[in-house]
Amino acid sequence: MTPVATTSAAPRVARRGPRVTPAGLAAGFAKYAVLIALAASYAFPLYWMISSALKDDPQVYRIPPVLVPNPAFWNNFLDAWRSDNFTLYTFNSVFRYALPSTVFTMVSSALVAYGFARVRWPGRNALFALCVATMMIPYTVTMVPLFIIFRRLEEAGIGKWIGTYNPMIIPALFGNAFFIFMLRQFFMTLPEELSDAARVDGASELGILLRIILPLSKPALAVVALFQFMGTWGDYLGPLIYINKYTMFPLALGIQKLRQMLSQVGMAPKAYPYLMAVSTLAAAPIIILFFFAQRTFIEGISLTGLKG
Amino acid sequence: MAVASLRLRGGMSRSERRSLLTGLAFVSPWLLGFLIWTAYPLLSSLYYSFNRYDFITQIKWIGFHNFVEIFTDDARFWTVVYNTFYYVGLSVPLGVATAFLMANLLNAKIAGRSFFRAIFYVPSIIPAVCSAMVWLFIYNNQYGVINNFLKALGQPIIPFLSSVELSKPSLIVIHLWAQGTAVVIFLASLQDVPRTLYEAAIVDGANTWHRFWHITVPMCSPIILYTMVMGFIGGFQTFLMPYLLTNGGPMASTEFYAMHLWRNAFELFRMGKACALAWIMFIVISTFTVSLFRTSARWVFYGGEK
Repeated sequence: MTPVATTSAAPRVARRGPRVTPAGLAAGFAKYAVLIALAASYAFPLYWMISSALKDDPQVYRIPPVLVPNPAFWNNFLDAWRSDNFTLYTFNSVFRYALPSTVFTMVSSALVAYGFARVRWPGRNALFALCVATMMIPYTVTMVPLFIIFRRLEEAGIGKWIGTYNPMIIPALFGNAFFIFMLRQFFMTLPEELSDAARVDGASELGILLRIILPLSKPALAVVALFQFMGTWGDYLGPLIYINKYTMFPLALGIQKLRQMLSQVGMAPKAYPYLMAVSTLAAAPIIILFFFAQRTFIEGISLTGLKG
Repeated sequence: MAVASLRLRGGMSRSERRSLLTGLAFVSPWLLGFLIWTAYPLLSSLYYSFNRYDFITQIKWIGFHNFVEIFTDDARFWTVVYNTFYYVGLSVPLGVATAFLMANLLNAKIAGRSFFRAIFYVPSIIPAVCSAMVWLFIYNNQYGVINNFLKALGQPIIPFLSSVELSKPSLIVIHLWAQGTAVVIFLASLQDVPRTLYEAAIVDGANTWHRFWHITVPMCSPIILYTMVMGFIGGFQTFLMPYLLTNGGPMASTEFYAMHLWRNAFELFRMGKACALAWIMFIVISTFTVSLFRTSARWVFYGGEK
């Protein structure tokens, strides 16, 4: 069947260029095969996380492994969530950490980016270059001296730092080099005439930023919000250093705590299903956010990665 | 010259001064933040690296002692250096190559393109703890999915995380799995390559491989460089996955530089030594980055832009 179809189509295809030759078909088929194999292996760990969350112990331990949970224990999600104080951990993650740091970084980064993008002043380019260069400074290098600073501030009675989220959210008030860079690139693409017209009308620079630039920059601001929220929602290292009470734990530390609880006395019943259930619930908001804001994500990465 | 002499005599005009003050006011949060959260920590950690500092006893100047100890009397140091270079040396080039390959596969008119892109991207955005828990489960010797299949087939199990030989490669596999950001960056840069270049090459009889090697790679080389640099900077700081999956074991085979630094600071409270380790890392990463940019003139192609 295939050879017949190919020969009958050949004269017409030949005129259109070297598109649908048997070799081309084979290459196209091979490409799909590679792509599907890659996609399957990339999706598998996530599938395994979700499907294992629905199993009971006999299904987890069975050889060969159970690929589709049957029966599926949907209660695992609720039971796992209730096996520790995950509602509190989620509250901490969102309201003590992710939301304040996202709001702080958006406001401060937008202000700074405006100063670098839309106000002309001597020394601007040199300072901007310095700002970009700081993106290359590894966090691991400043991690220890920052801890020393916060500890000494605490000892001196200046603010509460150790055991709180302040060491993670207060620096967000000072802008984030990465977002400053990204917003500046975006602000530069907006026509200068808009600002000039407003200046003629007597608007201040802050007024121009608030009333003209920001409303036009919603896509870029969405990228900042999305990336900062995602980064803080899953952050482990910051809380690991500064948070020392269970009642202050974020979700990320809570998951590791559950793992330790479940493996303390041999293996607790449903240890892996519970761990996978909580991991699924912690990853779900990010995955859902991605599917709703796919374009924002993709554009954001192109914006930050390319226009250097 | 005229401008320079004007500046020398009278400084700036009133409007120039005004715009300088406005500009500085806008960037002042960052400028202050740079001084407080970057410059001061960097400089103070240089000072601490020459001191003994443990929060309990009085801080004490000890000259180069921390550095001498690190290089000559720290049994773990050379192990973590070896492990880190092993990991970075393999995971970064492999990661960039994998991401580039996937981006090229996606950069065509294929059905379900955004679906595939989503599949490749999602693993890189979910919280790292979640990934760690899943891989811990997948790699498990007793109930891991791969080993349970091997058992069903009567084959010996693969000790992914419990053998000295396999622990680092197993971590590299996780790194290759979370390459989504690089895929998306590459995909965007592939779409910027002018179609006409390929059309001209086809007319000249270039095959797929030629087109890939002589057009795609050179045109994307600035982005490849950027991804490599960011990959190296991140790779040298690898902490969370080994910390959660193996805690450095077995036999310190996954004990990396950042973990060694972490333990000195937050488990042993040797802040001075940890700062010394941080500065060594800073110098190594900076040297690496600068030399990568230097050699890049030879292999990075900057097209007609700018």
